[in-house]
Amino acid sequence: MTEIPEHLLKRAQAARDKAASPSDASASEGGDRIPDALLDRTKASGAGAAVVAAAPAGGVPVGAGPGGHTQRLLTVVKSGSIQEAKAAPVDKVHTWPHLLAVEFVAGLALTAFLFVFSWVVNAPLLQAADFNNTPNPSKAPWYFLGLQELLTMFHPMIAGVTLPGMGLVALILAPYLDRNASNKPEDRKFMTSMMTMFLIFWAVLTIIGSFFRGPGFNFTFPWRDGIFFEL
Amino acid sequence: MAKVLDNPRPTLKERAAKIGAQIQGSQAWNSIFRPGSIFRKGYTDSPRNRSYVIMNSVLYHLHPVKVKRHAVKVSYTLCLGGLSFFVFILLTVTGIFLMFFYRPTGANAWQDIQTLQTSVTFGLLIRNMHRWGAHIMVLTVFLHMARVFYHGAYKPPREFNWVIGVILLTLTLLLSFTGYLLPWDQLALWAVTVGTNMMGYTPVFGSQVRFVLLGGVEIGSETLLRWYVLHVLMLPFVIVIFMAIHFWRVRKDGGISGPL
Ligand code: HEM
Repeated sequence: MTEIPEHLLKRAQAARDKAASPSDASASEGGDRIPDALLDRTKASGAGAAVVAAAPAGGVPVGAGPGGHTQRLLTVVKSGSIQEAKAAPVDKVHTWPHLLAVEFVAGLALTAFLFVFSWVVNAPLLQAADFNNTPNPSKAPWYFLGLQELLTMFHPMIAGVTLPGMGLVALILAPYLDRNASNKPEDRKFMTSMMTMFLIFWAVLTIIGSFFRGPGFNFTFPWRDGIFFEL
Repeated sequence: MAKVLDNPRPTLKERAAKIGAQIQGSQAWNSIFRPGSIFRKGYTDSPRNRSYVIMNSVLYHLHPVKVKRHAVKVSYTLCLGGLSFFVFILLTVTGIFLMFFYRPTGANAWQDIQTLQTSVTFGLLIRNMHRWGAHIMVLTVFLHMARVFYHGAYKPPREFNWVIGVILLTLTLLLSFTGYLLPWDQLALWAVTVGTNMMGYTPVFGSQVRFVLLGGVEIGSETLLRWYVLHVLMLPFVIVIFMAIHFWRVRKDGGISGPL
């Protein structure tokens, strides 16, 4: 059995001595005990039998604590052996107001921006759709212009299906393929440079498709022939 | 002789304060705002009430009571995920407005937009907000993905939330693309023609998929109805479900990643 520390043994002994000594008045009328008035009331209500029986008959039992309550020391377990803090404490703040205030301001700023921008710049509405009149050039929405640009280089199946499909699959698999557990930028130079290269490649394609493609989707310079681009 | 009033007439300010207190003390008010709400009578800024603001309100569905200190720094998330969600809400609100004035048929669609812009109060403004908002959402979702990548925030235990994210990105693009057709002008028609022609090249089932999406061999009035239903009902419904999973996973995966 675990050894009981010396000071605890001493403290228990002292408490026992104190409780046993008849001169200690506080043991019988300790502040924590049920007031007499309440006990009387319980007795009067008729259900008092149990309480009366439970009340200490011959003074305070051995081992009673300062208030007359019975205390038992079950076991003492050394702290180190069972308490193992695995998670380091995290520095946290209240969501309200710290996070909600930031979100509120961000939302407000975005709304204001969208409002003002929409007040000033009108969305395009061209002529009504006409199947017999194909505009030249015909362009996809800007986020697909990278794909449309690929169409000029590869067979439509490669450019429109295979490459974007592979991109999507690579994106989905990225967390399972990247076996490096660190999130420190200095440990992830390979992955970040791969991604950066990919993003730049994509941005360049989109920009060429948007601004450097004119009639017939032929290459133009925006400053020479104007911009063929609608949002 | 002027009568000395020990009860001077209450000033407007005092009366307003009294009415305010009465409203705040009413049963109706207290049934709406739960204990700890900043709108309840006697709200004080205590740690306990700060917890209650979240715990005792609908916000508890989105946020935990406490978050990591570095997570509230704007420089970490750049607010991009939250803003994506927020623009989505703006788009829903403005989109519902547009629906009151729009009929998805070849004969009506373009004219309805034209009328909306010229004869409906705030029609032009709301349409602009919906259109620019849609572009902004594509942008914020895309940037959000980039920020998640550069933080390595897709690493365990967040792999699956990244996958959910890729689905969200796809849904965002589809929402934007289906909406692009609806004005039924030259821009819409031919942009969608270019986009859907690419789809037809999918091996094995490409032309079938294209047929189902267009409601025919070529774009027409059927396409408009189909894309309208996709745009205003089905895709928003699906994206909301995935957003719910996404936000839930952010919390279950231990909150925001990092610090770096
Ligand atoms: C409709 C689009 C989306 C919405 C509304 C959205 C919303 C959010 C929000 C509010 C957060 C909390 C942190 C933050 O604001 O940055 C978050 C975190 C996250 N999102 Fe998204 N998201 C979307 C799309 C995406 C995409 C496209 C990806 C990736 C392909 C992605 C991957 C993640 C991941 C991995 C986290 C956890 C980041 C961390 O712990 O630091 N989400 N998202």
